[in-house]
Order: sequence, then structure tokens, then C-alpha cells
Amino acid sequence: MSIKQKTLDLKKRMQDALQGGGAQAIEKQVAMGKMTARERIISLLDPNSFHEYDLFVEHAAKDFDMDKKQLPGDGVITGTGTISGYPVCIYAQDFTVAGGSLGLMHARKITKIMDLAMNLKIPIIGINDSGGARIQEGVNSLAGYGEIFFRNTQASGVIPQISVILGPCAGGAVYSPALTDFVFVVDKISKMFITGPEVIKSVLGEEISMEELGGARVHSEITGNAHFFAESEAECFQQIKKLVTYIPWNNSKKAEPFPKKAPKTEEFKIDKIMPADPRQPYDVRDVIKSISDNSEFFEVQELFAANMVVGFGRLNGQTIGFVANQPMVLAGVLDVDSSDKAARFIRFCNAFNIPLVTLVDLPGYLPGIDQEHAGVIRHGAKILYSYSEATVPKVTIILRKAYGGGYIAMCSRHLRADFVFAWPTAEIAVMGPEGAANIIFRSEIKNAENPEEMRKKKVEEYKEKFANPYVAAAHGYVDAVIEPHDTRKFVLHALEISATKEQLIPTKKHGIPPF
Amino acid sequence: MAKTKKTIEKEEIIYSELVIDDAAYITLHNKMHSQRKPYVPRNPKLIKAFMPGSIPEIFVKKGDEVKEGQELLILEAMKMKNIIIAPFDGHIKSINVKLGDMVPKAFVLIEMK
Repeated sequence: MSIKQKTLDLKKRMQDALQGGGAQAIEKQVAMGKMTARERIISLLDPNSFHEYDLFVEHAAKDFDMDKKQLPGDGVITGTGTISGYPVCIYAQDFTVAGGSLGLMHARKITKIMDLAMNLKIPIIGINDSGGARIQEGVNSLAGYGEIFFRNTQASGVIPQISVILGPCAGGAVYSPALTDFVFVVDKISKMFITGPEVIKSVLGEEISMEELGGARVHSEITGNAHFFAESEAECFQQIKKLVTYIPWNNSKKAEPFPKKAPKTEEFKIDKIMPADPRQPYDVRDVIKSISDNSEFFEVQELFAANMVVGFGRLNGQTIGFVANQPMVLAGVLDVDSSDKAARFIRFCNAFNIPLVTLVDLPGYLPGIDQEHAGVIRHGAKILYSYSEATVPKVTIILRKAYGGGYIAMCSRHLRADFVFAWPTAEIAVMGPEGAANIIFRSEIKNAENPEEMRKKKVEEYKEKFANPYVAAAHGYVDAVIEPHDTRKFVLHALEISATKEQLIPTKKHGIPPF
Repeated sequence: MAKTKKTIEKEEIIYSELVIDDAAYITLHNKMHSQRKPYVPRNPKLIKAFMPGSIPEIFVKKGDEVKEGQELLILEAMKMKNIIIAPFDGHIKSINVKLGDMVPKAFVLIEMK
């Protein structure tokens, strides 16, 4: 054969493999409102940047007449490319080939690209769209999952890992996304669960639709398994492209800097967002936007535990992790879900050298039997653990109320914040004035001629004396009481001056966080 | 205690109150919080299904006197036949299931006295 003939042969082979599951299966995929695996990779990566590997891998199944079947690429596409010029490793399961089922070689392609990502120290993106284990391959497909989980865990905190759920992801398969840093879901397309509606019905007699059991909305609002919710695949890819610009390539780097930009102070007037009365609501995201570059804030887990706001922004071009209580929802309390959400985000930022800016305005932990029984002690401890453990620069701004355990938990001096600033509206106290007065002056109020009058008087007295930032400032727990419009100036300086921060942690294999 | 009271309207967002440490905060309530189930103290006289399942066998009838540990019925769940026993010496006040019934979790199977 001449070179020309050999090249033609290669082209023919490639053409066959690139067809995936064939026209009929592709038609089915499109009818479900889904893109094909290759289309997804191409629309996510920079034009012409995708380079595919292992296109000619063949499956290893021998039983059940599988040896007579050909599965192009064994149902998964793997390769490398760039997103806005940032290098990534990527794989996408191809539902048109045997339902994207995971067999030995399918898993090997995935673990190979994961190993490459680890060696190259660049992020890995996994697009999941699979019916689950390939039953015909038996224990080999289980082995495949296990090998992926092991690598997810090894890579955790070394390279960013992103999971995109664009189809079913059921049974054991859900644990790879669960072990990664960010999970993206799309409405009506993503479905994640351990046991599906059919099994639940046959074993337990309970009826539920796939969407209600493990649809995108459920995982974004209720379970907290997903971090980003999109209405369409196109919107989802836009979110991933945006996220990639905020995070570093690996844990030895910092996120790429952007050009410095001032916040849009006309739109977000920092002096006018927050009411002085600690019982009145406002959107804390507006405060973040009044500080951040170009007033941009990229929120993570927007729909889950909305009483806590976490996400990325930039200050003088540098990526910052913002953590803030949201007084607009549940008065900004800490509870099981919000502690969990914040703790995970803090740990991501710490692992990937992203400084933390914390905005505090909360009445404390949420009271309730449901909270106590759901383990608010164990979950609430996570936020203490993650802030204490974090060695990245930590700047805290106390906007308004910071009562009791909530004050300690929200990156206080005592958990080693590098800088603690307070607005003049800050109330740093063991509890709110109403509650404190009712306890401290219980007998005076009870024995007064007019108890209601006396209560009001005592609340005012307590407010005057303790509901301010100056008691904490007198002890040095607050470094400076600042005017709201000076916030950006103080935070920028604090971060600039902490650029060389080094904090030693005791030698250990690893801690035992209250998971 | 946290409790919700009257509703206050403000810029089309409907806020309500959340009381923590005697202070009433004006705020929104998220789904998880507003849909939480009220706590019901455990009543040992109510024999409940600890899992959803079916009833293939019943060993007692209404009015029977039973001893602690006596077998009352079988709750078949996850392909396992679970023998439900009397938690104390007592009297069967009512039986709320019949053979072959499918019951949801926490369904009261038998009431004892």
C-alpha cells in the first residue's frame, strides 16, 4: 500500500469511528433535546482546539455475543483542548454508543485522560451521559468505576475537577461527580440518583418521576449535589467557560489575573444598600458587587441554602472567594445546609490558593428540632473547621449583626482571620439585644410596674452599651472600624499586604473534618 | 424558638418574620425551612412500619392480650420478612392492615393499649 492508500484507509477508519452510534441513535439523542458527545466537546472548547485520543479503542467484552459487536470509541470521547486559552483534559460519554454504558475499556479511556490531567497539572472536565454499568462486562465495569473514584480522590485538591451531567447518571456512576469540585446540571436533561423510580416503586411501593427524584432542580435546590443550574446545554457551557477563568490550573498556581476594574459605584452604592436596623432584609450580593471588580460576582450554588452566599469575584484582577450571610433569606442564619455549602467552598478556595473575603451579618445558628435532629452540631462544625484550616489570606468584614456562635464561625479573628474590619453599624455581641436583655434583666422586667416598658428600656440600654463594634475593637478582635465606602480600599490593601503570607500548619497526614 | 408570623409586603417580594432570640427578623423563608415536618413525639403504643412494605402474615386479632416479645405480624420490605413484635405486655386495640396490604413508611400497623 502506498502512503496515499494508507492515508485513505486511516480516513475511512476515522469516518467510521466518528459516526458514534450511527444515524438512528443520533436522531434519538437529538429528539431528547440533547447534543451529541462530540458536539458538546466542540461547543465547550475553543474552536479547533480539541484533539482526540483513543478513537480506535475497542471494547473488551467477550460474553453474551458481545465479541461480535463493534462499539466505536467504546462509548466515550477523550482528549485535550483549551477554554479561553486555558488548557483542559476532557471526556464525554457518548449515549449513542451502547447507551454510554461503562465497560472496562471505556473506563480505561477515562482513567487514562485523568492520569494525563494529573501529570500535566491541568483541570479535568467530565461530561456524563450514561445508562450506567455495562452489564455484559460484569465485574470489569465495577472495576472501571472504582478506578475512576480512586483517581477522583487522588486528584482532589490537586487539579480542579468539573463534572457536567447531561443525561442520566445513575447508581454507582453518581459518585464520580460527587467526588469532584463542581457539578453542572441542565433542566430536564440531567438525572442523578442511586436507585431509580422503578426500583423504588418495586421495593418500596413509592411512586415518583425521574425529574422529581433526581432532576436538575432537585439537585440544585434540595440536595446541594449540583453547583450550577442551567436551562439549556448552551447556557451550561457558558457557565463552565466562565468558571474556568476564575480558577487556577492546579494547586501550585494562582488563578490567572485579569485587568483591574473599578466597581460600578453608580449602580451599587455601598452606603445605601444595607438598612441600619439589623432586623431589615437586603441582598448581600449587592454589597459584594459594590466591592468587586466591574461589580461582577459569579455565584456558586445559587439555589441551594440561599441564606448563605458563596461565589467568585475579582479584586484588582485577582480571583477572590466571597462568603457572605444573606439577610434576605432566613435572616442569614447558619443551618445544616448553609454550613455545608460554605465549608466546601472555603476548602476549594484554600486548596487552590484563592483568598477569602467574608461578609458577616447573621443572628446565629437556626433554632429548631429539625435542625438539631438533622445534625446541626456536626454540620455547623464544618464551617469552623474549614475556616480554621484555611491558610490563604482571610479578610472579614462585619457589616451588621454578628451574634453568638455565628460571630465565631464567620471567619472571626479567633479562627485566624488576617484582617477583621467592622462597619460602624456592626453589632458584635453574645446575642441580639432583645434576647440578652430578657435574660440579664429577667427579674427587673418581671418585677417592674410596667414590664413591657421596662423591657424596652433594658433592650435600649443593652443596645447602647453592647450592640456596636467598639467593645470588640477595644479587645483588638476587630482591627479597624471603617466607613462602608472605604471597604474596597481596606480589603485591597489587606490582600496586597498578605500576598506573601505563610502560615505553618502542624505536621499531619490529614485532619479529620466533621464530614 | 424560631417561628413565623404575619406577612409584610415590600417591593413585590413577600417577606415574613423569623423570630430568633426574641428579635423578629424580616426575611424570606426557603423551601427546606418552610416545608419542614413538625416533630411528633414517639408513642410506643403505635406500632408503625419502619419501612414501606407489604403485609404477608398477621398473627393476632383485635382484642387479643399479648406478651412483650410476642409476634404480631410480618412486614415484608426489601425482600426481607421482618417480624414485628409487641414492645410490651398489652392489649391489641386495633389492627389497621389486612393481608396483602402495601403500607408506606411510618404507617400505623397496630395500636396497642
